Amino acid sequence: MHRFANPTQFMRIANAIYPWVAGLAVILFVVGLPIALVTSPPDYQQGQTVRIMYIHVSSAWLMMMIYGIVAGGSAAFLIWRHPMANLVAKASAPMGAIFTGLALITGMLWGQPMWGTFWVWDARLTSTLILFFLYLGYIALNDAFEDSERGDRAAAILALVGSVNLPIIHFSVEWWNTLHQPSIMKLSGDGVKSSVDGAILLPLFLMMGAFTMYYLAVLVLRLRSELLAAKIRNARMSQVAVDAAVGQPAE
Amino acid sequence: MDAILNYLNMDGYAAWVWPAYGLATVALVGILVQTRRTLKTREREFETLKSSRRGGQA
Repeated sequence: MHRFANPTQFMRIANAIYPWVAGLAVILFVVGLPIALVTSPPDYQQGQTVRIMYIHVSSAWLMMMIYGIVAGGSAAFLIWRHPMANLVAKASAPMGAIFTGLALITGMLWGQPMWGTFWVWDARLTSTLILFFLYLGYIALNDAFEDSERGDRAAAILALVGSVNLPIIHFSVEWWNTLHQPSIMKLSGDGVKSSVDGAILLPLFLMMGAFTMYYLAVLVLRLRSELLAAKIRNARMSQVAVDAAVGQPAE
Repeated sequence: MDAILNYLNMDGYAAWVWPAYGLATVALVGILVQTRRTLKTREREFETLKSSRRGGQA
């Protein structure tokens, strides 16, 4: 894992996978969207609102996965001072916040016609809202200190502490009596089981795959951007040092 | 024409389904555009810095 701490090596692999994940995202969206929006049947209870599920569940899946990546990257940064792990966490967090917001809002748009309310303070919805605030806190802490290293460490600690919220979100529908329905997938000794019909599972998996590939593709672009920002900072600092050494004012 | 209108109506749930997809589109396109724009700006900035340093050394 430590060899991936080298930005050049890390980006060599990231850049190599970029065309594949970007291409897969396009293919999965092109195939999945018409199935999700047109050809898949309405649900026997939810009717056409089941189509909201295809983006709601995909956003919720990404918000959990991205927080796992932010927390994992933060742990690697705190324990091994892994710079790329920290960069992955920093580049992912804004996307995680947006997907959490998207999961919350699409859930509300589904909840009003199906439950008769946009919002209830049940365990699943409340813990997801807390996740949204954890993302915002992480992003704010990153930029809260003049010394960026201190900001990174404070944000990483918050991300690790906040990771306790992930199992709470996942198991909230089992631990408490919630209005939110239980998971549609169950992992048992016989493998993964679902009570949902294949005609609805197909667009769901296609959209989840499309969202995941989209996240990975954009992550590579954001990592390139973050590394460039670091290079620009370093170049400016060395210019200031050179100007100071020769007695010229820095521009 | 009726078939298209019926489809767009989503059996009366159009006011919930289409805003959900619209919002998702705005979010996905927005993240991509913002990321690419920042990357391009930084690439230009880095190139300018590099060329000004080369000019300074010459």
